[in-house]
Amino acid sequence: MRKVLIIGATSAIAEATARLFAVRGDELFLVARNPIRLEAIQKDLEIRGAHEVATAMLDINDLNRHAEVLDAAWSAMHEVDVVLIAHGTLPDQKACENSAALTLKEFNTNATSTIALLTLIANRLESQGKGTLAVISSVAGDRGRASNYIYGAAKAALTAFTSGLRQRLFRSGVTVITIKPGFVDTPMTSEFKKGLLWAAPAQIAKGIVKAIDRRQSVVYLPWFWRSIMFVIRHIPETLFVRIKL
Amino acid sequence: MSTVGASWGRFPRAKQKVLAVQYRDQPIPHVNGYLLPYGNGRSYGDCCLNDGGTLLHTRKLDRFISFDPIQGVLRCEAGVLLSEILELCVAHGWFLPASPGTQYVTLGGAIANDVHGKNHHVAGTFGCHLMSFELLRSDGRRLLCTPREHPEWFAASIGGLGLTGLITWAEIQLKRIENPWLETQTHRFSNLDEFFSLSEISNRDYEYTVAWVDCAAEGKSLGRGLFMRGNHAPACAAVPRDYGRRQWAMPVSPPVSLITPLTLKAFNWLYYHRQRQPVTHALTHYVPYFYPLDSIRNWNLIYGPRGFLQYQCVIPPTTAQAGIAEIMGRVAASGRGSFLAVLKQFGDRPSPGLMSFPRPGTTLALDFPNAGESTFRLLSELDEVVANAGGAVYPAKDARMSGKHYKHYFPNWLKFQDFVDPKFSSSFWRRVME
Repeated sequence: MRKVLIIGATSAIAEATARLFAVRGDELFLVARNPIRLEAIQKDLEIRGAHEVATAMLDINDLNRHAEVLDAAWSAMHEVDVVLIAHGTLPDQKACENSAALTLKEFNTNATSTIALLTLIANRLESQGKGTLAVISSVAGDRGRASNYIYGAAKAALTAFTSGLRQRLFRSGVTVITIKPGFVDTPMTSEFKKGLLWAAPAQIAKGIVKAIDRRQSVVYLPWFWRSIMFVIRHIPETLFVRIKL
Repeated sequence: MSTVGASWGRFPRAKQKVLAVQYRDQPIPHVNGYLLPYGNGRSYGDCCLNDGGTLLHTRKLDRFISFDPIQGVLRCEAGVLLSEILELCVAHGWFLPASPGTQYVTLGGAIANDVHGKNHHVAGTFGCHLMSFELLRSDGRRLLCTPREHPEWFAASIGGLGLTGLITWAEIQLKRIENPWLETQTHRFSNLDEFFSLSEISNRDYEYTVAWVDCAAEGKSLGRGLFMRGNHAPACAAVPRDYGRRQWAMPVSPPVSLITPLTLKAFNWLYYHRQRQPVTHALTHYVPYFYPLDSIRNWNLIYGPRGFLQYQCVIPPTTAQAGIAEIMGRVAASGRGSFLAVLKQFGDRPSPGLMSFPRPGTTLALDFPNAGESTFRLLSELDEVVANAGGAVYPAKDARMSGKHYKHYFPNWLKFQDFVDPKFSSSFWRRVME
């Protein structure tokens, strides 16, 4: 039985991943903003076989409460084997272009506040001397694109931050995993037309659990995004500025 | 997002918007035009389609809410599949109280179509085992429906084709089992009379009964087939640890239907003669026993791009023998008989549903490749036979019956109209109410 802390537990990917942990009989501590939805998921995971499920409410931008919520998680589970960071928003790119305030707000949710929380979690795992920290970044963070660069920039920050953290915590036996999903069919993307490249949350969840079990470093989900992003990263800038992406 | 959607029969096609419901506390979204709850799309015809309107996708409402493993009472959200319920419950010694021929339908869909199974003669319909559910209306009202609370809404929504509002969750009473296996027997019978007498005897001692019929056979052999009956294996039975799981799939839709008069005749002949002895016994796992077709993913594609039409009717006991014989005779004479013809005797346990299809009598299910005009003509003829015999046709499988016939089969439609949510409608409903 493992002890798993999930931040952003009401997101579709987090919920699908939590079910896989529950079926294995793991103990879970779920953190999210909406208490009604948190409770719905808590009950469901208990019935699916989770050893125990506790919850806490948190708005990620409420930095003053980060330590308190982590205290609650650690005192409920004593030790934490896996932390999954899954919260996030998909900013309205066009609206952000016309509002610096909105841009910063979205950047805070997806990057700054997350980095603040990760700082506290990293230290706890470091002093534990073990554990796995899996952070959901995105393929969007691999290169800024006109259609989605606020989100991309925030995810790029997470990718770089977790890369550094991975190097730092390696010595203390803590694994840091950067997870980069491609297009996922979730409420966050309900407005998009879906094509062949789209994956279901359950599919991404399987990849996340596999990455945690195998202590991988950087995973693209599904796997083919590694090749797609390799190509996109290597398009020369002179050509890149001329294409629509 | 606008999509071209199809039901399981892939006829007709409809163009509609799709909105997913993620959490049961969400209100009904405001949209222009009509809404219709949509589960897993396993209805055959157009009762799960809403051409020009919006489908409320409920598959994401797939959370368990409470489960009492002592009493066998399960409450879950309406988008949970029956397969997911079985995965949870069988391990605890509980089973679905009634189950259709596929486990890939949602709980909400099972209620909205008031589905039935091989145990109808003892257990009645799915609705008979429903303890409560929540109905969310487009005006924001949430009605807790049980046989005592809002009983009229309870009755209208069971078999209500999703038109009374969105069922967000439901609670069912499960049935005790000792293990996942069934003791089964298959009897060969050589005509309709034998089917009726086998049915008569078997329904007393067997919880599950159903027959497959060779509908290419005519004359003396009209209505020959295989009668399958079974009971849950007792605790003392020496059961295997697992069964040989095999999953096939139709990779693509062939350009034309692979079901033709010739392949049909050959398949039916082979299937009937596959069994040499008059009776065989077996110990069968519940998955292959209840859901044989589920082992071929997308089997519906075999009928090609034009799709197929299912036809399921029930004929009351007094006219059953003559009525079924007439239908089978017409189908055999048309030469476009059905790949899978299923016969079963319903019991007389009444459903709480106002608009439920099952009623005492004999039910026959057939499927036909969509060959255009001639198929429709044959089915309209069958409608007449069913109407004259005092029977009914199953809306969950229908894509073409006339409004006149529908109203004749379901005389409660007038009463039911008052319960239809003003923002809800379906392709089926508009067709039969025209």
